[in-house]
Amino acid sequence: MSLTLRAKRSGRVDRTKPLSFTFDGKTYRGFEGDTLASALLANGVHLMGRSFKYHRPRGVITAGSDEPNALVSVGSGARHTPNLRAPQVELYDGLVAKSQNAWPSLSFDVGAINNFLSPLFVAGFYYKTFMWPNVAWKKLYEPIIRRAAGLGTASSEPDPDHYSTRFAHCDVLVVGSGPAGLSAALSAARTGARVILCDEQAEFGGSLLSELHATVDGKPAAQWVEEAVAELKALAGTVTLLPRTQAFGYFAQNFLGLVERVTDHLATPDPKLPRDRLWQVRAKEVVIAAGAHERPMVFPDNDRPGIMLADAARTYANRYGVRPGGRAVVATAHDSAYQAALDLKAAGVSIELIADLRKEANGPLPMAARAAGIRVETGMAITGSTGRLRVNAALVSKLGTDGEEAIPCDLILMCGGWTPSVHLFSQSRGKLVFDDARQVFIPGESAQAERSAGACKGSETLAQAFEDGFAAGLDAAAKAGCAQGKATQVKLAGVLDAHGGFLGAVPHPHDAGRVKAFVDYQNDVTAKDIKLATREGMRSIEHVKRYTTTGMATDQGKLSNMNALAIAAEALGKPIPAVGLTTFRQPYTPISFGAMANHSRGDLFDPVRKTATHAWAEAQGAVFEDVGLWKRAWYFPHAGEDMHAAVLRECKTVRDSAGVFDASTLGKIEVVGPDAAEFMNILYTNPWSKLEVGRCRYGLMLNEAGFVMDDGVVGRIAEDRFHVTTTTGGAPRVLNHMEDYLQTEFPNLKVALTSTTEQYSVVAVQGPNARKIIAPLIDGIDISNEAMPHMSVRLGKICGVPTRLFRMSFTGELGFEVNVPADYGQAIWEAIWAEAQKYEACAYGTETMHVLRAEKGYIIVGQETDGTVTPNDLGLDWAIGKAKPDFVGKRSLTRPDLVKADRKQLVGLLTVEPQTVLEEGAQITLIGNPPAGTSALGHVTSSYQSAVLGRSFALAIVSAGRARMGETLYVPMPDGPIAVTVTDPVFYDKEGAKLHV
Amino acid sequence: MLLIPCPHCGNRPELEFRYAGEAHIARPADPSTTSDQEWAEYLYFRSNPKGLHIERWRHVSGCARFFNCVRDTVSDKILKTYPAGQPKPDLAELVKEAGQ
Ligand SMILES: [Zn+2]
Repeated sequence: MSLTLRAKRSGRVDRTKPLSFTFDGKTYRGFEGDTLASALLANGVHLMGRSFKYHRPRGVITAGSDEPNALVSVGSGARHTPNLRAPQVELYDGLVAKSQNAWPSLSFDVGAINNFLSPLFVAGFYYKTFMWPNVAWKKLYEPIIRRAAGLGTASSEPDPDHYSTRFAHCDVLVVGSGPAGLSAALSAARTGARVILCDEQAEFGGSLLSELHATVDGKPAAQWVEEAVAELKALAGTVTLLPRTQAFGYFAQNFLGLVERVTDHLATPDPKLPRDRLWQVRAKEVVIAAGAHERPMVFPDNDRPGIMLADAARTYANRYGVRPGGRAVVATAHDSAYQAALDLKAAGVSIELIADLRKEANGPLPMAARAAGIRVETGMAITGSTGRLRVNAALVSKLGTDGEEAIPCDLILMCGGWTPSVHLFSQSRGKLVFDDARQVFIPGESAQAERSAGACKGSETLAQAFEDGFAAGLDAAAKAGCAQGKATQVKLAGVLDAHGGFLGAVPHPHDAGRVKAFVDYQNDVTAKDIKLATREGMRSIEHVKRYTTTGMATDQGKLSNMNALAIAAEALGKPIPAVGLTTFRQPYTPISFGAMANHSRGDLFDPVRKTATHAWAEAQGAVFEDVGLWKRAWYFPHAGEDMHAAVLRECKTVRDSAGVFDASTLGKIEVVGPDAAEFMNILYTNPWSKLEVGRCRYGLMLNEAGFVMDDGVVGRIAEDRFHVTTTTGGAPRVLNHMEDYLQTEFPNLKVALTSTTEQYSVVAVQGPNARKIIAPLIDGIDISNEAMPHMSVRLGKICGVPTRLFRMSFTGELGFEVNVPADYGQAIWEAIWAEAQKYEACAYGTETMHVLRAEKGYIIVGQETDGTVTPNDLGLDWAIGKAKPDFVGKRSLTRPDLVKADRKQLVGLLTVEPQTVLEEGAQITLIGNPPAGTSALGHVTSSYQSAVLGRSFALAIVSAGRARMGETLYVPMPDGPIAVTVTDPVFYDKEGAKLHV
Repeated sequence: MLLIPCPHCGNRPELEFRYAGEAHIARPADPSTTSDQEWAEYLYFRSNPKGLHIERWRHVSGCARFFNCVRDTVSDKILKTYPAGQPKPDLAELVKEAGQ
């Protein structure tokens, strides 16, 4: 394998440790310390991807996380990860990488036809070209566009890795470990502060890692970095060092999200390690030292492989020992590109020309370049490039002339200046200010306990970065309450300061309508698109952004935002701050879904609540349904039965003999205290003062607006003690509601509320044989009809276990509910089951429970109600204590809207064709085929086939329903309207005789 | 995630709390004497300010108590929390204190 593109100097790459990897199936060689990008460049590969919209061939242009072009997929199978930035992918032996968005191959891509169809893809094309006809969007345009324009594909296999999460607190969090970040961490750590230092790169040091000439305190920059990191490491008790860790979000109250990439860089990671670790850090003080992004120059055809940012090329040469080309043309408006030219020249790259857009360039670096014999032209613009899969010439023009000179080269280095990385500052809700002199947005007033240091603050020199960093670290530590530190300074030598910068599109002699000068590489947005957007009426940068999609790619416009803004501002004839800046959003760079989902997947996604009889039901072949977090037995199919058959059999068995049902999931709240009855009077509609000990009552709970909120049977265990049951899903809400009134409106009441849902197992035995089934097991309670009538509760024992035995019914049959401590739940269930079998009783599930209660017209809160239903709507006025002066919701019941004659009321429905089962939720209308726009009279709330009725039946809420008894209404369905007759909602044993046997 | 100072337990993460709407909206002592309009205002009308908002929170996964909280709806800064039942604080005074 040729290594001719390696420079003499190896940089920070270990040339004694060769690694092998593949890119698009071809094997290449790199070294330990390389990134995928540096290794590919060393092998002469610039072409690393195809662009999003036009499928133009693209090369890597940065050396960092702001890369918009070289997005690759790494790994295979379940570990295939798309859209990784090649300059951030650390090389390991056996790494498999693929290019994206190209078919059949990167060098011959059919989708590149989009480049020639580009008039179709102008700004706003989504809104214009494909608006008509409407249906074509979904069926025709969208699928084609999505296939042609896109990024990598995600694996469809389950993620085999695991992820971890950690909460951390610190005095000072330092984001970024360049000169400013390292100095800040050092000065803060020296005060004894608890410091976390994170950096997105594998190594600490930032720009210092690419520094060849600077010395710090007389030492080479790299050595100073090494010593600084060693000093921080020695403070392991108070300092946490997090390399490969992206601070992706700055949230309220100095809460920051970091993602540490733990294993992605390893060839054979320890399976015990998490792939990513999510850090949620609460920092007393934050130092942002995020650096700056080098800006591309916007000129025609500025996107050919071989065109890259000047300082990125310098990093490849100095840090990775790679020559990114043989002959380079440098196009710049900033002195820093001269340093790149000098360093690349030293690495063996021939610098053909430095074309500086500025009229003059007389700083120390331009002078040094001239002294080194490099051709420097000022007042010269880069106006184009030629080449196909690699640039072969740069076109340059003297400003103000039409003449264009082609300079053969295989590398164009560009530098439009530097954009401070203000993303995190902006996320912290700090206000940005525009620095007119330097044409950059910089941090203004802080909204949180943070400060910026170094290039992200707009500081332009290395000396200033160190100074900022040391000061920021001291300030942060002091504000965090740590000891006062000593001011530190470093002596710098061998650095030449660099200034300059240019925003917007470079002037050129070509027809602006015919060239593509890219502003946003990742979303393929050109200068022409932005100008078009302003011509079409977009005034704010937020509108320009959405219309053109500039800055909306995953790179969030790190390289492009300022150029886009300048082009829009110029087109609108407004100053830059008047056009505005788009919002910076989390995450700073894309992070994995795995890190976000973290442990919350599979069994740990949500807690699962199981009743004491769960295993028994499972063994019986029960099918379960989810009710809230509970797993409830839905039905118990016998061999050969489907759900329909099983439910009909269970219903019939309960009505003929008996059934056993696990009712443990119902919420239970113990209301205790001298004022318990008074409290119940306020919280429930019913009167409680006169309820005798040992008796039960159906309780109805309203919210203050008068709408039904919950219901359940309440037993009076003692004068000062109520056993309250709630719906399964409503238990926490009901307790919260009770606590709210007790704590804030009626704090004088002496009552204590305790959730006892999980303390009791509840076995319901329902049916004509219910008493016979439990009788042999009960101790100390006379359960005869006379001694223990319907709606009563007794304390005693069952099989020697203490029980609260309720006589109550949710089926319309004679029924008991046996409450026992949950630990005995399964044993008591099995004892009852043994008795039940003597009467050929069945175990039944929630579906049968639903059918049986509906036959009796018993409502289920949340099914017959939807938060807008009153007791009167449900025919439950009998449950209201009319003599009570007040209860929650009472006053609302007389509000005009709640007493309207056309309110929807609970009724029964019988289909004219008796075997038709209505769909729950179906709308009900006056005529069979109502014209479009007709309001429904109501809807079906419950609908089943009934074994005892031998036909279907339904419950519904219907406008003025009680006045419609016997009327025929319609349920319009896709296959035609279904005629129904309105009936009373009680279908079975209207007089309730079966309850009292 | 906000850090909310429960007046009974101290700073705790937002996850432990449940929001409970605007504070200091007392239930009329005798609802039956209120007009429909007064009752509707008690039920449904809220100030929804841009800026300081006095609101109720419940430390549901902690001490389970309701308390009141002065929060700036623009910055999410919490200026004060205090037990339910205590009088409304002087907001101007709080702003002055926060500025110092
Ligand atoms: Zn608390």
